[in-house]
Amino acid sequence: MTVPSFDSVRVGDTLPDLALPPVDRTTLALFAGASGDHNPIHIDLDFARRAGMPDVFAHGMLGMAWLGRLLSGWAPQSQLRRFDARFQGITHLGNAIRCSARIVEKLEVGGECCVRIQLHSTNQFGQTKISGEALVALT
Amino acid sequence: MIDRKWIGHELGASQLSIERGRLKFFAKAIGETNPLYTDESAARAAGYADLPAPPTFLFAAELDSGALFATLDRLGVPLGKLLHGEQRFEYLAPVVAGDRVTVSSRIADIYQKKNGALEFIDIESLAVNQHGAPVARLRSVTVVRH
Repeated sequence: MTVPSFDSVRVGDTLPDLALPPVDRTTLALFAGASGDHNPIHIDLDFARRAGMPDVFAHGMLGMAWLGRLLSGWAPQSQLRRFDARFQGITHLGNAIRCSARIVEKLEVGGECCVRIQLHSTNQFGQTKISGEALVALT
Repeated sequence: MIDRKWIGHELGASQLSIERGRLKFFAKAIGETNPLYTDESAARAAGYADLPAPPTFLFAAELDSGALFATLDRLGVPLGKLLHGEQRFEYLAPVVAGDRVTVSSRIADIYQKKNGALEFIDIESLAVNQHGAPVARLRSVTVVRH
């Protein structure tokens, strides 16, 4: 990985997108176990239907973890200072999520040169699932 | 409607031992292929003492201990009505395999929108490692669909 430097990046630059395969039940079962979120709404169809949902759906934190992969694939995680997500829509089975990110500000925070990055994840129909923001320190 | 007396309530401390096997499982579950998250030597070569916990991993602490769901249960919120509204992390120090992280949380606020059709539980947390050093601040907004 070539670590981006503060001087080499500009406001408006985009980070490489991360495209995910469609969400399936196996992914949700594995993420439930690995993340510790055993809420049956994500893994048990019968429970989901009783709760008034048509089917199980993805954990919000799975989508945030994918945005985290995009960030740590661009700059070392040790340079990540803040990472915020607003979950804006339910990610359903079959949704193929694409994560994207764009530098929106270069600034100094606590004596460090940082970039503020706007984050976005959408499904194949262009529906927004997460919008977020990250602060990454660059040298 | 959730009783507002719970604002300020502390969830108690949850301890999470950061285990290599769990981190590798988490990496697999999120499709992470960078060897630095699954191979100790790659992690060391990148300057980490061991496998690093990915950016969102610490959210597991209160799920593993049961503290979060137990609290929601005490608030009378059914699991099937929950949605995650917002999540924030502020990183203060790295967390790697072998660390033992303690997460302490309090309910910072409870509020409603859409005439009570939606309620929001705002929880703020501090994660501290086995040396007493703060490693992260978390903020989480849970949405309850009525």
